[in-house]
Amino acid sequence: MNTPALKDWPLWEVFVRSKQGLEHKHCGSLHAADAAQALHMARDVYTRRQEGVSIWVVPSAAITASNPDDKGELFDPAADKIYRHPTFYEIPEEVGHM
Amino acid sequence: MYTQAMDIPDESGKKLAVVAGQSEQEAAFEARIDADGRIEPQDWMPDAYRKTLVRQISQHAHSEVVGMLPEGNWISRAPSLKRKAILIAKVQDEGGHGLYLYSAAETLGTSRDEMIDGLLSGRAKYSSIFNYPTLNWADVGVIGWLVDGAAIMNQIPLCRCSYGPYSRAMIRVCKEESFHQRQGYEALLVMMKGTEAQREMVQDAVNRYWWKCLAMFGPPDADSAHSAQGMRWGIKRISNDDLRQKFIDATVPQAKVLGVTLPDPDLKWNEARGHYDYGQIDWQEFWNTVEGNGPCNKERLATRVKAHKDGQWVRDAAMAHARKQQERAQKEAA
Repeated sequence: MNTPALKDWPLWEVFVRSKQGLEHKHCGSLHAADAAQALHMARDVYTRRQEGVSIWVVPSAAITASNPDDKGELFDPAADKIYRHPTFYEIPEEVGHM
Repeated sequence: MYTQAMDIPDESGKKLAVVAGQSEQEAAFEARIDADGRIEPQDWMPDAYRKTLVRQISQHAHSEVVGMLPEGNWISRAPSLKRKAILIAKVQDEGGHGLYLYSAAETLGTSRDEMIDGLLSGRAKYSSIFNYPTLNWADVGVIGWLVDGAAIMNQIPLCRCSYGPYSRAMIRVCKEESFHQRQGYEALLVMMKGTEAQREMVQDAVNRYWWKCLAMFGPPDADSAHSAQGMRWGIKRISNDDLRQKFIDATVPQAKVLGVTLPDPDLKWNEARGHYDYGQIDWQEFWNTVEGNGPCNKERLATRVKAHKDGQWVRDAAMAHARKQQERAQKEAA
């Protein structure tokens, strides 16, 4: 049996979508016994002022994060690839907006 | 919110010591602080930085939670349905602020249970302002205007705190806090337009709360044990005395519009300084309350302990329900 020992309420990460069309954004975390309760509590804690139209809750333990020690290795290679940005290219002014 | 207690040492604070000599990690940390960067939970940080933050954020969270009590007492006695709805919303916000802050503290490796235990056992501190009673309805307005006003002054610089989760929690808190101050001030304005007895109630509440609000900013800079290191680390951005002065300068004109007198004969504009001068704060009373001997310390703590005990069956039931659901899902999958 691999039922996790449920002693304390586990931690959940809360994501809220503020308006139709915008992405869910991480807004905080909370403790809850299960997903249904986590959703309910997220509504009370993070959307008291119509901050959202949709909520996701994810068990914090389910998130795999990049290691801060790998930051250089992971993200530095993008730093010198300025040709990936539109501003790298000079276009004659008469062409107008492109 | 209510962060006066931020500078108040407790058991954990006594062991803080800065170790001489710098490792490579330490140098990287210091460089990030110097560049006004943010420290995130997975980043290396000095032990003393972590401990200071755990102490400060948990004290801040406890203050939000205990802060529900003095006003909560007035929910059932609010003078109208409108004021009752407003007060419920405000008290609910304070509970929410406590939750944001507990979550921020947990990212530093402490657990919710440890923090709650610290509060309920009396080891942890919370803002002393809540150890004073709310005697009449005007107190509720004055808490919104002055206590939350002082809190906002304290909290706005914390939005730029060097620790990412704390600064993000504070941004959320500050957004919600401005309603707290405005509802209090407006409630007082209504009372001031009422009868002579109502005006006297407002003045009486201001008289009782003014000095306690000034003490909320913490001891004078000269006597503030943690301030210098907190400033260095970007945890604290503006000193206790500077924040206190800012609060006084902002509040005097508000008191004038309201039509109340602030109970300080030494309070007057100093042209040369460009600030209001003010009288002596009774620090002995402040420390006496911090040490647990204020008029309501015992009552507040007893109320929290009872609420926690009374809620035990709810927490147990939620756990039992979750366990059952999980077992059922596993049986179905098998």
